Amino acid sequence: MRTANPRTVVIWTLVALVGAAGWTVLALSRGEEVSAAWMVAAALGSYAIAYRFYAKFIAYKVLKVDRTRATPAERLNNGIDFHPTDRRVLLGHHFAAIAGAGPLVGPVLAAQMGYLPGTIWIIVGVIFAGAVQDMVVLFFSTRRDGRSLGQMAREEIGPFGGAAALIAAFAIMIILLGVLALVIVNALAQSPWGTFSIAMTIPIALLMGFYLRVLRPGRVTEVSLIGVALLLFALVAGRWVAESSWADTFTLAPSTLVVWLVAYGFIASILPVWMLLAPRDYLSTFMKVGTIVLLALGVVIALPTLKMDAVTDFASRGDGPVFAGSLFPFVFITIACGALSGFHSLISSGTTPKMIQKETQVRMIGYGSMLMESSVAVMALVAASIIDPGLYFAMNAPAGVIGDTVQNASQVVGSWGYQISPEALARAAENVEEASLLSRTGGAPTLAIGVSEIFSQVTGGGLRAFWYHFAIMFEALFILTALDAGTRVGRFMLQDMLGNVHRPFRNVSWKPGLVVTSAVVCGLWGYFLWVGVHEPLGGINQLFPIFGIANQLLAAVALAVCTTLLVKSGRLKWAWITGVPLAWDATVTLTASWQKVFSSDPKVGFFKQRQVFQDAIDRGEVLPPAKSMDDMHTVVTNSTVDGVLSAVLALLIVVVIADALRVCVRHVRRPALSTLSEAPYVESKITAPAGLFPTKEEKEEERRAVASAGS
Amino acid sequence: MRSLRRVLRGVRWYVRELTDESAYDRYVAHLRREHPDARVPSRRDFERMRTDRQEQDPRQGFRCC
Repeated sequence: MRTANPRTVVIWTLVALVGAAGWTVLALSRGEEVSAAWMVAAALGSYAIAYRFYAKFIAYKVLKVDRTRATPAERLNNGIDFHPTDRRVLLGHHFAAIAGAGPLVGPVLAAQMGYLPGTIWIIVGVIFAGAVQDMVVLFFSTRRDGRSLGQMAREEIGPFGGAAALIAAFAIMIILLGVLALVIVNALAQSPWGTFSIAMTIPIALLMGFYLRVLRPGRVTEVSLIGVALLLFALVAGRWVAESSWADTFTLAPSTLVVWLVAYGFIASILPVWMLLAPRDYLSTFMKVGTIVLLALGVVIALPTLKMDAVTDFASRGDGPVFAGSLFPFVFITIACGALSGFHSLISSGTTPKMIQKETQVRMIGYGSMLMESSVAVMALVAASIIDPGLYFAMNAPAGVIGDTVQNASQVVGSWGYQISPEALARAAENVEEASLLSRTGGAPTLAIGVSEIFSQVTGGGLRAFWYHFAIMFEALFILTALDAGTRVGRFMLQDMLGNVHRPFRNVSWKPGLVVTSAVVCGLWGYFLWVGVHEPLGGINQLFPIFGIANQLLAAVALAVCTTLLVKSGRLKWAWITGVPLAWDATVTLTASWQKVFSSDPKVGFFKQRQVFQDAIDRGEVLPPAKSMDDMHTVVTNSTVDGVLSAVLALLIVVVIADALRVCVRHVRRPALSTLSEAPYVESKITAPAGLFPTKEEKEEERRAVASAGS
Repeated sequence: MRSLRRVLRGVRWYVRELTDESAYDRYVAHLRREHPDARVPSRRDFERMRTDRQEQDPRQGFRCC
């Protein structure tokens, strides 16, 4: 039995106290303004303890990571995609791959319930579900030569569950792309500054692509620096354009932006990777990592006070304007990324397992990166909670609810108990040089206001408008990259599926197939985007819950695969590690799906909504927020599509979980029937530390390895 | 002074690794070690091969939402 030394005990007691102090202040303060410092303390204290104790327990006691076992990177090293990568580098790669718009948008929308429910779920969720999923998927995929989640589902659960998982993943990808595109449209509509600077990223990326292809192949750092400099210039120039006679050219209506975005997505996805996608990816990664670091510094330096209530009345009443439904299950659906994100399982079972040096590093890479992502979500929640709640609701409620004048908005928001004068609303827009901030739904503009608030507390108010557009640009940049990359992945899935019907589709370079499948994928997400923009009830209000449900359902697939693998690999007594998060996630998500399909509240249930509007059409009435009979028919169509989609997604996932359960039960009854496709043991010749900092024993081992190689 | 140089070297190494600028050097080292007789591609050809691979399987290097 190892005994802890007194210094360690003292340090961990202090960490625990810091975390506990943070939680206590957050939980007990009512009615007074709380500093964001307490939220940071609660988060960091909890992360540290979870990483040190829970993650370590899972890695060594449950997964039994083996430092003598060679990873795929070592065994299959081909110098390109399989190669052992330094753990600190891989941490950066993995984090850059999992962090995106999700953790920034979800928490902002969830702030409608107050900051407390969001904070609790982001922190507790990541510790017991999200980070566990990422780490366990990474571990099992590493043991299977970097197999993807879909392949693992097929091999370990069966062809039926595997096929359901594949179709679900495709549907989820389409919804993801539609909702992300909707977030950008809401941020860029009627904003010449934002539209100009985002449009400029296309020529900048083309230039970078040309530089990397023709002028100086592979010089990524220098071309990224040039790109970022040009990007910042485009950002500054955006203001001049907005104040010049060109402003009208770049002031686009939402429906025009939809056409541009779909056209962009289609063209970008059939161009060669080197031309647009690769350079864009460098640019958005640079901006993403840079902005996240800046935001972390900003929050820690400025330590702003939270103005939002800890828990708002919408949490229990379930009639919030941002998204409908009560706290359970909808907070958990809305936050999605940042606490538990199904999409991460695609990264943890794709690129990363092919690069990991040592099995022992899954804790640092899988669990550690996810804790970092969660802290990004906490910062987004801070950013949304420090702005005036009146402004928050005016920005996030659909136009159908608050109208399109500041007077009307002020009045409606006031009736919810949040006072903000029409002048204050107008001034907030003026401060960031936008025509209006009303109904800028989707989270990105709200986050940008919060970020500009935090940054201008550090740099002075003169730069407020610049910081606002900086934040918009940084989100739009990587959402556009995601549209291109996501269309390609969706196309790849579709080609694979169609290949079963018509062989030539299998060949991913077959031009006609490529164009057709790209068009289909763009058409599908374009449809949701179009619907979202023209939805009288508010596109984000209607579609974001489906996006959240889709993401959480993908997480359920990943957790089901993990649990099956734990059972099949003789770890039955530890199956609760992923089994409990799976049960929770399935409960939350299926409850949400159920309510979305069957609820008798027309704000929540799609079919009830359809019925209410259809009945009104039959009576010849126009129900607000619809303004015309056309609007009424739009609502009926959209509610039907959304309702059917929610039901189909939920069914697919029930199939996957049931099939996984069947395999688990069969294994427990007759273990001889199950097969486990794990790559055989090969002894590792590499020595590398498990954590960020090498322990004394690891340094000693390293020294011995160097000495024996030299002799 | 020496420690400053070491830090700068570390930063340069990290940035090159993170952006995968070092991919070519790594591949060449790998070829020389494992397949000494194989022809070493030029950097231009190597970078083309890498983007072509991404074209073939877009899931490589896919990023999240």
